[in-house]
Amino acid sequence: MNHKLMGKVFLLGDNIDTDQIYPGRYIELTSKSDIAAHCMEGVRPGFSSQVCKGDIIVAGENFGCGSSREHAVITLKEAGVGLVIAKSFARIFFRNAINLGLPVITCKSVYERVRESDVLEANLLTGEIKSLRRSEVFKGEPLPEFVMEILNNGGIKNMFKEKYGQI
Amino acid sequence: MHAIEKILARAAHREVIKSGEIITCDIDLVEINDLYLQVIESFDEMNGKKVWDPEKVVFVFDHYAPAPTIKSAQTQRDMRSFAWQQGIRHLFDINTGVCHQVMPEAGLVYPGMILVATDSHTTTHGAFGAFGTGVGATDLASILLTGKMWFRVPEIINIKISGDLKPGVLPKDIILYVLGQLGTKKALYKAVEFSGEAIENLDIAGRMVICNMAVEMGAKTAYIQPDEATMTYLKSRKVDFDKVVVHETDSDYQFSEQHNFDISNLDPQIATPHSVDNVVPVGAVKGTKVNQAFIGSCTGGRVEDIEIAYNILKGKKINNKTRLVIIPASKEILLECINRGYMQELVRAGATFTAPGCGPCLGTHQGVIAPGEVCVTASNRNFPGRMGSSDADIYLASPATVAVSALLGYITDPRELEGEV
Ligand code: SF4
Repeated sequence: MNHKLMGKVFLLGDNIDTDQIYPGRYIELTSKSDIAAHCMEGVRPGFSSQVCKGDIIVAGENFGCGSSREHAVITLKEAGVGLVIAKSFARIFFRNAINLGLPVITCKSVYERVRESDVLEANLLTGEIKSLRRSEVFKGEPLPEFVMEILNNGGIKNMFKEKYGQI
Repeated sequence: MHAIEKILARAAHREVIKSGEIITCDIDLVEINDLYLQVIESFDEMNGKKVWDPEKVVFVFDHYAPAPTIKSAQTQRDMRSFAWQQGIRHLFDINTGVCHQVMPEAGLVYPGMILVATDSHTTTHGAFGAFGTGVGATDLASILLTGKMWFRVPEIINIKISGDLKPGVLPKDIILYVLGQLGTKKALYKAVEFSGEAIENLDIAGRMVICNMAVEMGAKTAYIQPDEATMTYLKSRKVDFDKVVVHETDSDYQFSEQHNFDISNLDPQIATPHSVDNVVPVGAVKGTKVNQAFIGSCTGGRVEDIEIAYNILKGKKINNKTRLVIIPASKEILLECINRGYMQELVRAGATFTAPGCGPCLGTHQGVIAPGEVCVTASNRNFPGRMGSSDADIYLASPATVAVSALLGYITDPRELEGEV
């Protein structure tokens, strides 16, 4: 995985829960493109047609709270979101994101200083986030080594596939 | 160390662990519900052949029980054949109920264990002194392969609750109040221990309500120190006592935070749309018209909850512009409701009963709500769209508040009916 990611910002608030990211009524869908079509429907209808590959979600506290559904990560990934930056993440969402290979950075400071459609450049190894419009740098939390290993493998599945593939 | 840390340390084959560390633990039980065929797909994608231990794997079909769509029927079909082919005995099909009720009833939950499920409300099992936590499908699939999972050792918050509840005030009111005070982010990544006389005085059902909703403040797990009441329950469930390990927290343990609440003067509480921490006393929203009331789910569908509704509604009729959906959380509870005559009386009062399971709690079937409607519910989440339309309003309250509100057709403090109950 590239450690440097660049994309345009979608700004969201606090407590963006999994029902807003991916409403429960679509949970039985399994095809990736169907899942992507309902991305953020509960908080920003039309999101999936606005988002471009590599775009960055910047959110407040407790992003991804609520249910354990992986659809919330799959929908973001398949819709094209390249990175989620939040002041804090709900635990299960954080694990799911890492396991499925969607990079996430916890950063308290960028949220107040960024606007919708700004372009950010983030470094997963250092946790540094650069705003190209303001030429400011914000310090996020770098991801621990074992988490980077999972991301580098493109998710936990690829990692275990190698380990268990021979059985 | 704290008892929770001792559970983790034991499962990680370590003497000492400390918060912030990443450890790998042996998992005692995993549970997969019928939302997540992805677990099996991820297992296949990782080239999994045999699950690590079929005795430690549980399937519960509860979210779509019985299947409302062809797709969910297929999911259940594929899960059944996976379970049969893998020699998994613990398959609780559509006739059994919600996982968090069914597993303890089956004697599968015990103090000192680590239980991981594809469901965020797995914190419920802290009521039995178990370390219960929810994960996503791929995490779960990796446990099916390895029997292990990585954890970050959490900081632990203590929430101490003292005082005696006033009549008409229930365990649900306690946890709603605590959520209102501490908010939805208080325990992100952390574990929460509930203690104090008010907790010790609760029956098992009440403790399950409290631990169940700990996840709404972000908690990774919840914990109540097992006591005599726990042991009595475990015995009644024929739990294998060879497995039970009750850890005690060291007297010098330092919690990362400590919160004390006295609930002696607590009034019934209600979480207003659209967040579980928008909590006010029920009186503050009195008069809000109710289209649907719901008693059910892993929070509010136990026999204790339905008994409360029965006591309020027997011999009466609910408001003719209000619907009341009641879903026992398990088959056993359903049978008990029939035995005790609750079901007959509640149906006469105007309630709609449906099959044990999650029902409309997550908005998939059996009583979802329309745009513009108001639902008052004994379940646990009021996010937009949780129980159907994103344009509906959901209020979370105790089963007593729900039943009285169904009776009158508008949100009402249950004590207003006190004389009649
Ligand atoms: S009853 Fe509701 S909260 Fe409980 S497991 Fe089912 S959907 Fe989840």
